[in-house]
Amino acid sequence: MSEQAVAVAPAAHARQHRPWLLLLGDTWRQTRTKLGVTLVVLLVGTAVIGPLFAPFAPEESVKIAGQFILPFAAPSDAATLGTDNLGRDVLSRFLWGGRSVLALSALATVFGAVLGIAIGLVAAYSRGFLDDLLMRGMDVILAFPQLVFALVVVATVGPKLWLLVLAVGITTMPRVARVTRGAAVEVVERDFVRAAESLGESKRKILFFEILPNITSPLVVEASLRLTFNIAVIAALSFLGFGLQPPAADWGLMINENRQGLLAGQPWGVLLPVAAIGLLTIGTSLIGDGFARAAIGIQRGKAAA
Amino acid sequence: MNGDGRPTLEVENLRVELAGSGVDIVDEVTFTVAEGEALGLVGESGSGKTTVGLAILGHCRRGARLAGGEVRIDGKNILARSPAELRGMRGRVVSYVPQDPTASLNPALRIETQLMETLTAHGYGSSAEERRARLGEMLAEVLLPSDRKFLRRYPHQLSGGQQQRVALSMAFACRPHVIVLDEPTTGLDVTTQAHVLETVRELCKSHGVAALYISHDLAVVAFVADRVAVMYAGRMVESGPTHQLFRAAAHPYSRKLVQAIPDISGRYALVGIPGRAPPPGHRPTGCFFAPRCAFAVEECRQTFPPVTQVSSSHDVRCWRAADVLAETVLERIRIEAAEREQRGEVSLLAARGIRASYADREVVFDVSLAVWPQECLALVGESGSGKTTFARCIAGLHRQYTGEVILQGRSLPPGAGNRDRESRRMVQYIFQSPYSSLNPRKTVGQIVAQPIRLFFDLEPREMRARVIEVLETVALSGTLIDRYPDQLSGGERQRVAIARGLAAEPSLLVCDEITSALDVSVQAAIVELLAALQREMGLGLLFVTHNLALIRSIAQEVAVMSEGRIVEFGTVEEVLESPRVPYTQKLLSDTPSLDTALAAAAG
Repeated sequence: MSEQAVAVAPAAHARQHRPWLLLLGDTWRQTRTKLGVTLVVLLVGTAVIGPLFAPFAPEESVKIAGQFILPFAAPSDAATLGTDNLGRDVLSRFLWGGRSVLALSALATVFGAVLGIAIGLVAAYSRGFLDDLLMRGMDVILAFPQLVFALVVVATVGPKLWLLVLAVGITTMPRVARVTRGAAVEVVERDFVRAAESLGESKRKILFFEILPNITSPLVVEASLRLTFNIAVIAALSFLGFGLQPPAADWGLMINENRQGLLAGQPWGVLLPVAAIGLLTIGTSLIGDGFARAAIGIQRGKAAA
Repeated sequence: MNGDGRPTLEVENLRVELAGSGVDIVDEVTFTVAEGEALGLVGESGSGKTTVGLAILGHCRRGARLAGGEVRIDGKNILARSPAELRGMRGRVVSYVPQDPTASLNPALRIETQLMETLTAHGYGSSAEERRARLGEMLAEVLLPSDRKFLRRYPHQLSGGQQQRVALSMAFACRPHVIVLDEPTTGLDVTTQAHVLETVRELCKSHGVAALYISHDLAVVAFVADRVAVMYAGRMVESGPTHQLFRAAAHPYSRKLVQAIPDISGRYALVGIPGRAPPPGHRPTGCFFAPRCAFAVEECRQTFPPVTQVSSSHDVRCWRAADVLAETVLERIRIEAAEREQRGEVSLLAARGIRASYADREVVFDVSLAVWPQECLALVGESGSGKTTFARCIAGLHRQYTGEVILQGRSLPPGAGNRDRESRRMVQYIFQSPYSSLNPRKTVGQIVAQPIRLFFDLEPREMRARVIEVLETVALSGTLIDRYPDQLSGGERQRVAIARGLAAEPSLLVCDEITSALDVSVQAAIVELLAALQREMGLGLLFVTHNLALIRSIAQEVAVMSEGRIVEFGTVEEVLESPRVPYTQKLLSDTPSLDTALAAAAG
């Protein structure tokens, strides 16, 4: 009568135990993930603890023997990577300037993802009129190019940081909502959802504790993709002057301020932030890609061998 | 037999292994099938039946490798052939009928195109005329029309039975010498199944084909096969003439399989097989069945038994075969109908004039039924009869109905969400497929705890103890509490689903085809469990099934449903022994029965 009477060899289940750990293991085992994580750790590290190592304050002009030195000065003992358009230390401004890009894009992504997931789940679960209403609404937002939408909002109200997060978050939302709904529609039809309904489980619990855990893989992939895009959008907005305002240090802003430096023979003020933003987006997309491959099982065979 | 007197199909020491690790999936499989003979290959899922079936076509699934032995057709080893030669042989010399006919039919092509394709691909006949004539013949053989209207149809315009018969006619199209039928009737209704089985038997006999019939349904095998081979964990453990094998099996596993089959002809106690078959790579030294075997002795755990002959055509691989055989002829335990308790005034649950529909289509018409406390009412019908919809109305899963559902005298509104907590607790529904009804992201503990959390106030520590207690009522170990559903077998999953239902301490359990996704031996164990629960906990059961044979072992009353209406109602004995309605009579005569099949073969 008891089916468990015959003990199943534990090894058979060791791999299956904790599906999440397994998936993360498969993700980590890929070179692309390791490369991505290295890049992200390096750049996030620069942004977070970089200021501790900055020789100057971000808005401080470099002086030698009490004398201000010239803008776009070449690298020297006083300024390791030269000075920017106002004679400030490029290295110090670079080390200080990552926090805003990272914080804003992360906040915008989280904000957009939370809204998008909630809307996608409700749409998939309710079907019918509410589904149509929500998803067509998402389509309307989707019709605006991401950058244009943010520009319109920020240009109308003014360059406020919270507004930046809000605008980019809102453009993130419909993309996440579509992916969520697409994945959840199939899960909603499964019997365990019926079972929870028949027990009288609350809608909120069904959405977030029955359905959501079954669609985490596509959502993680989508979130990493959205983060990648949002880093670029936030950097672009501050390049255009809608982000942090001068004299604050910010990677996007630095590129704009130091454009003439390229011609003046002092390229560091542009190259450093460009490289940082570029490598950061490559890093996040590599991690997302690694996870996506692990989730659909491309790497499983290799891992087992 | 061919001219030289050899069997058409000979399989010798076949070994298929996992490509990477070299772990055996099946090994030491040896059998022969003569011209015009049908060999039934039986065993639980995962026993390697399909692997053997595919190997006969020189094929194996991805990740597996044909690693040894010979498969000879007309004396020639096909495993030594090149892929191109094999492709030429498939369909012409050896053909295959899969379980799911939709897998073998192209949904985008008309029936005519597909059938003609089979003939032209193998160069049958010399002209289009000849092929067209053969096409008509083929369809006539499987009792399908061959008029233009039918030929112009697409597969989705045919019923499941018609699709399977088209697949059969394709398999027989080029008059192959060997045919492999892999559970071709599993997805079909009993009536359709009976037709298809009759067709298979006729075709094999009239064409002199050597047939390998793979199935886990012994009653079906008893009907079509001349001889039967039993597989367990990748080894062939017994083979012999059908009658002898089912009536005097020499291997304990074969005996257990027979005891697990429900039969309409008598009220037998169903006996499940404890434990589960070891998967490839985890098979013990010694006899693979030893851990589950009541006969096992030290020798069984040391070495795998060799093939021994019981009689000239009956082989077995068991050290204790003599003792197994000595233990009288295989006797099935008959159980008598229990004395019915005096019924109270109020039924547990009554449904009055239920009419249910999906959108505009009505599927249940005016159904009234009552379930009494501590009794089991079986609701039987073919697919599409509306039985599941009715059950879902009762459980509050389907809202679109009119009529009244009355629970202990109180009328319930449609839809679980509109019902009060107490009535939701009292009626619990067990779903057909435990693969879909358990959330793969939740542990067994979380699943079973859900109703406890919703209906009872328990401290976390009491909760865990209660979950373990409920798991033990369904004969699962409390150690499974932290497992995820995909770490469990089908039977274990269905037990977890039952445990979730029981955790609510219900008065009525609605079971919707709960064994149809499971192996026969597991089905027996589940039915055994439900019958015990019903007795011990005083549960009322509404047991929805398409399997008439099963209800003997569990139900007291039965309602037969057809096209949304109850066509017959009575006690199980009345309905099964003297059915009044032609529909029930037909259903009964089409239900395969081991006893009847064996009696017919003997007589």
